[in-house]
Amino acid sequence: MRLQAESGQPCAAARPASAKGRIVAELMTLSDAVDSLVGDGDSVALEGFTHLIPFEAGHEIMRQGRRELELIRMTPDLLYDQMIGMGVARRLVFSYGGNPGVGGLHRFRDAIENGWPRPLELEEHSHAGMANRYAAGAADMPCAVMRGYVGTDLVAHTTVAPVTCPFTGERLVAVPALRPDVAIVHAQEADREGNVQLWGIPGVQKEAILASRRSLVTVERIVDELEPRPGGITIPGWVIGVVAEVPGGSRPSYSLGITDRDNDFYKFWDKMSRDRDAFIAWMNVNVLGTEVPAR
Amino acid sequence: MTDQRASAGEVQTIVAARRLRDTRTVFIGVGRPSTAAILARMVHNPDLVLVYESGTIGAKPFHIPLSIGDGELAQTADSVVTVPEMFNYWIGPGRIDVAFLGAAQIDKHANLNSTVIGDYDHPKTRLPGAGGAPEIAASCGEVIVIAPHAKRTFVEKLDFCTTVGHGDGPGARERLGFRGKGPSAVITDLGVLEPDPETKELVLTQIHPGVEVTDAKEQTGWALRVSDHIQTTEPPTDEELAKLRELLDR
Repeated sequence: MRLQAESGQPCAAARPASAKGRIVAELMTLSDAVDSLVGDGDSVALEGFTHLIPFEAGHEIMRQGRRELELIRMTPDLLYDQMIGMGVARRLVFSYGGNPGVGGLHRFRDAIENGWPRPLELEEHSHAGMANRYAAGAADMPCAVMRGYVGTDLVAHTTVAPVTCPFTGERLVAVPALRPDVAIVHAQEADREGNVQLWGIPGVQKEAILASRRSLVTVERIVDELEPRPGGITIPGWVIGVVAEVPGGSRPSYSLGITDRDNDFYKFWDKMSRDRDAFIAWMNVNVLGTEVPAR
Repeated sequence: MTDQRASAGEVQTIVAARRLRDTRTVFIGVGRPSTAAILARMVHNPDLVLVYESGTIGAKPFHIPLSIGDGELAQTADSVVTVPEMFNYWIGPGRIDVAFLGAAQIDKHANLNSTVIGDYDHPKTRLPGAGGAPEIAASCGEVIVIAPHAKRTFVEKLDFCTTVGHGDGPGARERLGFRGKGPSAVITDLGVLEPDPETKELVLTQIHPGVEVTDAKEQTGWALRVSDHIQTTEPPTDEELAKLRELLDR
């Protein structure tokens, strides 16, 4: 079964109702969630700006053998390096492809420089451009208007167009809205109706969910009641497709207050992933061979 | 007290920190810029507001973060905002005084490349890409570039212009409608380059202790101009060096 909702409008018919009759997000295992939400060839945005990166969900996409994906993400760090290296992506939409604080991404580089394991089509933007593209998608606008890009060589290599402000005459640029098929994010907790709360660095997760046709939120824990947190962002369950409980699901990234960022792993990745064979062997043992027990 | 002489990298960090003496807000990435800004808070300017791209405004890290998203930055920040808010409400309107940026290539007008070495479609080396740099450089009050002084970094012509510094020279930023003043200094491990007020070409204005002007010229891929009033960088004080080493050891 694949849940469908067009133009970002939650598809009520596909959603379960709670005891009170309200429409809520569906609670599933990670395996069922990926099976029902992500199809071959889909455009998929796994978001999380250094914090709350949905590693486990990305790993499950690889375990289920999804192919020909258009991967969208502002900062394709280790998770997308893994997915690109395993050849699941045909296209990448991004703004910064590095290992934060450590260096480059070797599988990402190998795909672009050498076409290994397959050529990778690129669409790259600036952070401001990507953030505005998500915000436009969330607002169901066709594009976002901003200041940026002008004078750079990016203009000739990406989707950006000049526009003039109709009120002041100022020259600005427009970038097209992002409308991924699926958004996947990780958060600290959800309640049993699928209302989600995340705190700490919020990134662009809410925008990604609202911009996408389908969505999955993996959470550290499901609680009876969400306790409001300072700076917390609550996303109502009725705009979320599926919630899956995946403790530790953001490792080696982190979930503030619950898990710590594994900085040593980011350094390890820089060394290990330089070699194709070492990379494949590591993925086979540590990602593809891992069974996720049904919860 | 410190009895060891400062390394070239330590001098670079200390010189960058000094630039933040009278700054209210600074935008930083990880690595040396972040170390310099934390050092500036320790030595020169305890009220300095550190802004990281991850959305942490007023972060007060005790340790040097590995990534711009380390938990300590969010936990110590005055405010933590989303990425769209960071660019649209804080960077775009020019609310940040100084931005520290790095680059793989820099040209004589302080334009920056962080995208590719070689041809875009068939790069010799694929670099991470733009990140926030183009809009940060357009809108922050001024930009300070921190880069290693090497011929492969200081090039006659960029392979790709990711971020506009002073474009093709005088008037370029105004024609592009940028709000900030653009690069005011390039701090290297050999010295400091600053744009000539008339031509906007980078000129060597400062040389670090123990470095010869010819070293800087040799490591620059264009005919580097040297200021008539070139100064030797004031050596790191015992306090600066001790505090920097204490920070690196934490």
